[in-house]
Amino acid sequence: MILEVDDLRIHYATQGGTVRAVDGASFAVPEGKIVGLVGESGCGKTTAVRAIMGVLSENGRRAGGRIAFKGRVVDEAATKQLLWRDIAYVPQSAMNSLDPVYTVGRQIAEVLTKRGGRSAAAAKARAIELFDLVGLSDRRLGDYPHQFSGGMRQRAAIAMALALEPSLLLADEPVTALDVIVQRQVLDTLRDLQQRLRLSMVMVTHDISVVAYLCDEVVVMYAGQVVESGPVREVLARPRHPYTMGLRNAFPDLLSDALELVPIYGGPPDLGATLDGCRFAPRCPFAQDSCRAGTAALADAAAESHRSACRRDNEADQLRAAAMDPATWQHS
Amino acid sequence: MAALVELRDVSKHFPVARTLGELARGQHPVVRALDGVSFDIGAGDAVAIVGESGCGKTTLGRLMLKLAEPTGGSISFEGGELARLSGDKLKVFRRQAQLVFQNPFDSLNPRFTIYRAVAEPLRNAGVPTRQHAERVADAFRRVHLPDLERYLDRYPHQLSGGQLQRVVLARALVLEPRFLVADEPVSMLDVSVRAGILALMREVREAMGLTAVYISHDLALVRYLCERTIVMYLGGVVEDGPTDEIVRRPRHPYTRALVAAVPVPDPDQPRAPLPIHGNVPDAREPPSGCSFRDRCPHAMPRCAAEKPLLRVTGKGHYTACHLDL
Repeated sequence: MILEVDDLRIHYATQGGTVRAVDGASFAVPEGKIVGLVGESGCGKTTAVRAIMGVLSENGRRAGGRIAFKGRVVDEAATKQLLWRDIAYVPQSAMNSLDPVYTVGRQIAEVLTKRGGRSAAAAKARAIELFDLVGLSDRRLGDYPHQFSGGMRQRAAIAMALALEPSLLLADEPVTALDVIVQRQVLDTLRDLQQRLRLSMVMVTHDISVVAYLCDEVVVMYAGQVVESGPVREVLARPRHPYTMGLRNAFPDLLSDALELVPIYGGPPDLGATLDGCRFAPRCPFAQDSCRAGTAALADAAAESHRSACRRDNEADQLRAAAMDPATWQHS
Repeated sequence: MAALVELRDVSKHFPVARTLGELARGQHPVVRALDGVSFDIGAGDAVAIVGESGCGKTTLGRLMLKLAEPTGGSISFEGGELARLSGDKLKVFRRQAQLVFQNPFDSLNPRFTIYRAVAEPLRNAGVPTRQHAERVADAFRRVHLPDLERYLDRYPHQLSGGQLQRVVLARALVLEPRFLVADEPVSMLDVSVRAGILALMREVREAMGLTAVYISHDLALVRYLCERTIVMYLGGVVEDGPTDEIVRRPRHPYTRALVAAVPVPDPDQPRAPLPIHGNVPDAREPPSGCSFRDRCPHAMPRCAAEKPLLRVTGKGHYTACHLDL
């Protein structure tokens, strides 16, 4: 495992009190694999990734848990040391990581000289190499970010992230803002790079079809916790947690025969409140009294390290069959 | 059924900043946001307009609601040309045609209560105040926001995204329009909530007999809303047909690329490699002839010389391509 996250807890201090944005999340990234961290807004996926990089916003702090990179435990200060050289970041909107007043080439060179200690000449050569790697013409190194299209900016952000040859890439919704054809081009580039450079990658996304296309493993988050994880094929084809089942039903599928999308009624809980029991129980069609009383730990299910945090996991096959019927999700 | 909305050779050209050379030569460069768009929308139909950013779909929606004027061609609503509408006729049109905005978080005034937000179109249309409460209540019932009293005095920030989108829809429906244009109506919503809003839009449309245009970049999503889909590329319509056909047997090489690019949530469905390369060209300098030809794997000399027009390529299916489809 290149990255291990155990029982991570991140708290934000807000006017309304403490918000437990990540509340006991555990997952691991195997060497050379792409892991999709998937969930809806507010589930804690972005916060978890920011914590791994040590760049939480000012009111956020690590309130517990352990993060280990290549077997070495890293605290908040140590994490910052790893940034760029070992762990690099690709944001959703590359405009946020590119400065509009400098040329793109200069910004990449700066990472190489200031953080990588390279000479100006070496940095220039490496910048050309990096642009070539992500499919950009080196003639565009002298351009400003605004002269780039959305897809080109995203490629430039990937080039910059790869500058110092990190082994782990954290990408936060890197293709969400892009048009579908450009999105596909960037995803193909990411996969190609991951294979050629033997990168490990965490891909934060709300889009399970992006996970299905790109990722080897998936970690599903809900309300600050991991509810299910395992190999993508296994989790999407045979989800064990009712939230994953619901997400699958609600997600548009260009090729499916179903002509209806099934919503999950209600919304996620307020993470500023004290929460007892399973957090999905209020929306879950299969919830029983015991689900409201106590949580379920993420436990190994049948095979292939497929894990689910559901009290009724031993009935997962029956629940999955019932979940296929839209009537199951009808609000009473 | 008779057409409710008719577009004939509609163009919208935006002037752009001129270079010194262009200034000196007296040239007036334009971006052709739309160029020669013609189609009809039947009363009661739900039509999707899909395409990538910059294809002109949002501009087209604005023109159909007379929120902007075309620079060429004509748009009619119930046989009356929009450009000629004025006075009372324009007021009637404004009541009958409504827009549902993309982002519910931005489209409601944060200082207005929910009641005021939904009642505002009534006030603007001159509906007597004594009718407002009942009309607002009707609109709320239509969008399934129960416990009316719970919401009316609240402010937008106190509602969830899904509730807000219902409020936005209620506001669009409060004047009981006949024609609705929704621009990316669910793109800001979470997956689990989005499905409910889509089902609601379908239900409302059927219940009220509305004619609706859904503008979206997401082909996978419009499948659940519309039986007909219009695909746009660089300001023009490239394909127009039954959604199911467009998805399962796309004719135009651009539509084929679009369909191939859409990711699906099933890892066991193999996705074909993307059949095209490159990016959408600059709308200031589109290629001659077919605007897609510089990226098209099947381009031939004729494509540069002659702009392909929409022609019949199936039942209710039209494609603008010179290929033998």
